[in-house]
Amino acid sequence: MSLNVPAPESDQADQDDYLRRVRPAAWKNPVPKSVYDLVILGAGPAGLAAAESAARHGRSVALVERDRLGGNSLNTGSVPSKALIATAGVFASIRDGEDFGAALSRKPPTDFAAVMARMRRIRTRIAEYHSVDRLCARGVDVFFCDGRFISANTLLAGDTPLSFTKAIIATGARPRPANIPGLEQIGYLTSESIFDLTELPKRLGVIGGGPLGCELAQAFCRLGSQVTIVQNEPKFLPREERDAAELLSMSLSRDGVETRLNTTVAGAHKMNGAKLIDAINEDLRYSIPVDEIVLTTGRVPNVEELGLEAAGVDCEPTQDIKVDDFLRTTNHDIYAAGDVCKALKFTNVAEASARLAVRNALGGKTDRQSHLAIPWCTYCDPEIAHVGMHVREARRRAIPVKSYTVMMQDVDRAITDGKDDGFVKIYVRDGTDSIMGATIVASRASELINEVSVIMSAGIGMRQLANIIHTYPAQSDAIRLAALAYMGNQPDFAW
Amino acid sequence: MSDDALLNRLQRGAFAYITEYANAQNGLIADTSRSGSPCSIAVVGFALSCYPVAVERGWMSRTVAVAQTLKTLHFFWNSPQSERPDATGFKGFYYHFLDMKNGRRVWQCELSLVDTTLLVAGMLTAACYFDGDGAEAEIRALSDALYRRVDWQWAQNGRETVSQGWKPECGFLHYGWEGYNEATIVYILGIGSPTHPLSITSFAGWTSTYQWENLLGQDVLYSGPLFTHLFSHAWIDYRGIRDQFMRETRSDYFENSKNAIAVHREYGARNPRGYEGYGRNLWGITAGDGPGNREMRESSRDRRFFGYMSRGVPYGPDDGTIAPWAMLATLPFGSEAALRGTRHLLQAYPQVCANDRFSSGFNPTLAARGDGWLSEGWYGLDQGLLVMMIENYRSGQIWKITRECAVIRAGLKGAGFEGGWLSQCH
Repeated sequence: MSLNVPAPESDQADQDDYLRRVRPAAWKNPVPKSVYDLVILGAGPAGLAAAESAARHGRSVALVERDRLGGNSLNTGSVPSKALIATAGVFASIRDGEDFGAALSRKPPTDFAAVMARMRRIRTRIAEYHSVDRLCARGVDVFFCDGRFISANTLLAGDTPLSFTKAIIATGARPRPANIPGLEQIGYLTSESIFDLTELPKRLGVIGGGPLGCELAQAFCRLGSQVTIVQNEPKFLPREERDAAELLSMSLSRDGVETRLNTTVAGAHKMNGAKLIDAINEDLRYSIPVDEIVLTTGRVPNVEELGLEAAGVDCEPTQDIKVDDFLRTTNHDIYAAGDVCKALKFTNVAEASARLAVRNALGGKTDRQSHLAIPWCTYCDPEIAHVGMHVREARRRAIPVKSYTVMMQDVDRAITDGKDDGFVKIYVRDGTDSIMGATIVASRASELINEVSVIMSAGIGMRQLANIIHTYPAQSDAIRLAALAYMGNQPDFAW
Repeated sequence: MSDDALLNRLQRGAFAYITEYANAQNGLIADTSRSGSPCSIAVVGFALSCYPVAVERGWMSRTVAVAQTLKTLHFFWNSPQSERPDATGFKGFYYHFLDMKNGRRVWQCELSLVDTTLLVAGMLTAACYFDGDGAEAEIRALSDALYRRVDWQWAQNGRETVSQGWKPECGFLHYGWEGYNEATIVYILGIGSPTHPLSITSFAGWTSTYQWENLLGQDVLYSGPLFTHLFSHAWIDYRGIRDQFMRETRSDYFENSKNAIAVHREYGARNPRGYEGYGRNLWGITAGDGPGNREMRESSRDRRFFGYMSRGVPYGPDDGTIAPWAMLATLPFGSEAALRGTRHLLQAYPQVCANDRFSSGFNPTLAARGDGWLSEGWYGLDQGLLVMMIENYRSGQIWKITRECAVIRAGLKGAGFEGGWLSQCH
């Protein structure tokens, strides 16, 4: 059962605070300096990280944003989706309560308005950390307007030319438009507009089985929607390894999500008030009736109307901006960072690439993006996280690699928590103790993977890792147990 | 009962499935003992390999075995090969399931690469075993012609690795066939073809998706379902021969199956999901029949059960269903574990073995009738595999036959296998 009631007045006040932080209504752009050390186009995670980094080093910075500060991550991506996932997790805990001796006599209804109000409150709270007031206090000149290059070292912010020594393009990406016959006509949600819903859809069709699609499918299912997810590949999360994707598939099914793998969406139409997704699986054609459709089939970079040609920045339409290993575009005074140039379109990647671009642009460094160890995570339950090299990539490069695997069902804390689905796999260069990467599937894989990132960055091998004392009980003990398995596997294993 | 007497009884019981559920007119064998079951071409492949066993064991005369084999080969040679949806095969491959009487495709099933491979492996085994004149010479000629007709290149579909199947309605199937599985023999027979071979690089393309893991205390080339560590081994003796991957990891596929069995036993002992019966002497999680999609609450936890599916260890899926035949089928890799487990199973749950023949699936956790769920009847794949694996343990007969098979030798060498018996003069 779902309750759909109007948002209370406090929610409106909260929204006012949110807009004041990310896009004040009465904003007046500042008088520009004659030449900026750094002009940043786009104030998403990459743009904000670049601005804060450059300002901290005392450089003059102009930040140009046509919409709201925080970009997709804060406004329509990571933050709202994780808030929603947290609520969905509460419903899952209630569902599983009986296993812990905490059975409820009846399933609580979903107060969807309250769910979304909570999401907005959280977004407002986090917006404060990147608010326009804080940026101004750090000395950043913020321009809310369109921006486009008019020459190699000049950007037009609205009608105001901004001269720069260096610039960073950080305009992010947007959901890939629908290329499905009929879908545009019947209307669909994107991974961004879904957070504007005011009612919980009774039936939700999710097209696309990447991280966003899987997260939304599970979350809405737990909130009470009947969810069908359609993926044209043989597995979800094509980037991840088979076992992780299969565990996720089982988890989605267990939650009640109808999963349709190897299924192509040929079209969509409306009949008797319902939206119908026309699906093809091998020789089987059928329609899936839903009330709302959300399309999560990837993102395309925002590279249009930026005056890239005038600036001498090479870029093909709808393609990521081309950058070298130092994140320089073909105009070496202009760098790019974040979703607009990176295949991995994640907030942490955007921020890390932005800081690297600033170091190279203003700090005289020659840091390479290929040296970054980038962890990422899909926030389903269990979470699926990865860092470093995958086995298939290592084998393609003729690097002998061996995985040391510990099942979470063998980890005491995972057992006591009732969260024992998943595993920790650490990929080791065979014949050495050098860690090349890891995949973790666990209820808090997003946290566990960071330990592996740290030890990889510190150059710690499996031998040293085996001797690092972990708290007991802890899910992260799985990482130490993997190192112990490595030690037990060594012919020279000694006290 | 002595081990040998027990094995003889169970092996003969398994073989009896093949004669009981064969169509004597065309040699096709039913997929299951259930009424109306179609033929599975893979079961026919197992049957063709089991006739020589039956001849040597005295369960079937050579004359009858030759006649049955020839009937089967004639059927496949003369059955319609075309793109028509009701044909028997296309491009030398065959549809997975055929009507037992007229041999036409049923259920709109797929043209199956792996099942055709098992069928052809049976044909090649028969060709190597029946070395006489007359009808036996005809077996050799027909087997050779049928093998040469298979267009493995077409099945590669311009890609590095092979597709799992094809349908006239939609073309090649879009399944991922990533990681180690039962397909080794597909590549070996495909690469060995003198007419339409798979590219030499196809095998390396497939092995590049392998995962070498330390898992539950064992170093293993991972694949979850137990049958994937057995099927290719029913025909090919992998002891001491190594491809590049196994040279790098200082193992071989035979040793790897031993290690995979150790993982299954360890998983049974740990029994992380608390399923009834599991233990170091009760294991064997693989593809097979299951209780069907249903849910149950038991011991304060929700249980989900599945129908026919590929179950695996340790990543799952696992719903408490074991394949009662599976432990015995691992006999060549370690008789102690296989026999101890099988004897325990027979003692604890004698209902899993009716008429000296193991059922496909058993789930003691789902105790709806008080004694667990039991798959109805028998599956031909299980019985054929058991006959071959018991024989490989008892006499090594199938392995001895196929070690002399030029096609298999060529395929192994083409895939980069070296050493052991493969290096000996031939």
